Amino acid sequence: MASSQVNGPARAVHSPAGWGLSLGRLFTQHPIASRVVSLGLFFLMWEIAGRVPISYAFPTFLETLSAFVTMLFDGSLFVAYGSTLQPLIIGIAISGVVGVALGIVMGLSRTAEWLVAPLFIVLQSAPMAALIPLITFVYGIGLAAKTLAVIMLALPVIVLNGYKAVRNANPSLVAMCYSFQGTKLQQIAKIIIPDASPVIFAGLRLGLAAGFIGVILAELLITPTGIGDLITYHRSVANYAEMYAAVVSIILVSTLTLAALEAFEVRVLRPEKRRG
Amino acid sequence: MTSSTASIHALPQADSAAVEVRSISKNYNEVEALRSIDLDFPRGKLTTLLGPSGCGKTTLLKIIAGLIEPTSGEVRVNGKPVTGPGPERAFVFQDFALMPWATVMRNVAFGLELKGMGKAERQSIARHYIAEVGLTGFEDKYPHELSGGMRQRVGLARAFAVNAEVLLLDEPFSAVDEQNRRKFQEDLLRLVEKERKTFIFVTHSIEEAVYVSDRIVLLSRRPSRVSQIIEPKVDRTASPDAIRRDQGYLDTVEEIWQGLKHYVD
Repeated sequence: MASSQVNGPARAVHSPAGWGLSLGRLFTQHPIASRVVSLGLFFLMWEIAGRVPISYAFPTFLETLSAFVTMLFDGSLFVAYGSTLQPLIIGIAISGVVGVALGIVMGLSRTAEWLVAPLFIVLQSAPMAALIPLITFVYGIGLAAKTLAVIMLALPVIVLNGYKAVRNANPSLVAMCYSFQGTKLQQIAKIIIPDASPVIFAGLRLGLAAGFIGVILAELLITPTGIGDLITYHRSVANYAEMYAAVVSIILVSTLTLAALEAFEVRVLRPEKRRG
Repeated sequence: MTSSTASIHALPQADSAAVEVRSISKNYNEVEALRSIDLDFPRGKLTTLLGPSGCGKTTLLKIIAGLIEPTSGEVRVNGKPVTGPGPERAFVFQDFALMPWATVMRNVAFGLELKGMGKAERQSIARHYIAEVGLTGFEDKYPHELSGGMRQRVGLARAFAVNAEVLLLDEPFSAVDEQNRRKFQEDLLRLVEKERKTFIFVTHSIEEAVYVSDRIVLLSRRPSRVSQIIEPKVDRTASPDAIRRDQGYLDTVEEIWQGLKHYVD
């Protein structure tokens, strides 16, 4: 039993918190070569599928790539991201701060859990996309509506992950801290939060991914601006290569942002994961 | 057996018990784990709590540590009743309880960090005990880079670092493989000799108990009571290998086994 722990990688520390972690692991642990090969194969299949063609509205990879480069240089992508990222960043910042704080408080206090947990459990399982048009009635079509769409999608998963992580903090470490006469505050700051941080960060990554969904939904459903508008516009004028380029760009941005968040976590909070 | 206590002249209450357990009972809902346990743990000695698995020996140790409240009864350490963990006791956990995000250095110094001691001071104390348990050179490693035996050495160094008079060890070697365990037991004997602290040790291994203990308290099956107290007549000045072949050692192992055998199905 002991020997299996000895050589076991830090993988055991990972929470069962879903694809956000495995995605990050793909980008931090595998050599670059395997990623390039896997992407190359995917692009090759895309190119072949586009040439068959499987649909007149399905561009080849190379057409999409050239449309992407064109949009990059004519500035339309930058303008679009300027307006998409603003509500996303504001919304994620609010959800991150409020969500982590609320999650930790709920994890520590039964009363807070009783008051708040049911709300977020309902919110997490509710089909949020259906609620987004309703936001328009209250907040119009401006920045506030888009930000709210981001928060509605991102906050529940951040809160619930934080809450579960804190509630499931390793009882043996908590007892250890208590046995060395650690105060309640030391217990929270030095044991519970570091112990919970992988799951809290998994929640932030999932929240960020949900925030991307929220902002794109808002742009498709409420306010024709930003990257959502770019997609809608190019679809309406049958510029399918440009439309796909916009879609791929948002996938790219969201993936890179998630990977950056994980790199930040490993560097700052869990130094032990950098090795072995 | 009693003559060795005289050498601990520095302690004021040299002949009194360091830890007194007075009619401790513990019930978990319907289950009666401990029934009216009375025990004295002599100062500067290593006393082992031994008994069939599930007999509540860890529960008793955690009550002494102040981690679990007894249902009734009282524990006194140096005459003062226990109401929770205190600076005169330090606990070594069965599962090591090391912070995976902290280096060996920070883990060993953690008890001192909680007391608010400055970084330079606590690290110099920690470095001393890291050397005592034979982990010099591993200060900057993380727990997952160490073997099970080494991890428990970190746990032991952390308990030594806070300079408690009473060390409570909860099956410290149960998650350590057999060969490392033997080496660790030998090192523990050396540390017991050197540190002159009161050790209370929980184990389910008869050989281990006889090998390391000055006194062995046999607990019966649940509801647990003290069934026998044995003082192994083993010459500890001999080499570790000689001790394991010593007639007194073998006889005591056999005596305890005869006492415990009827608890095993």
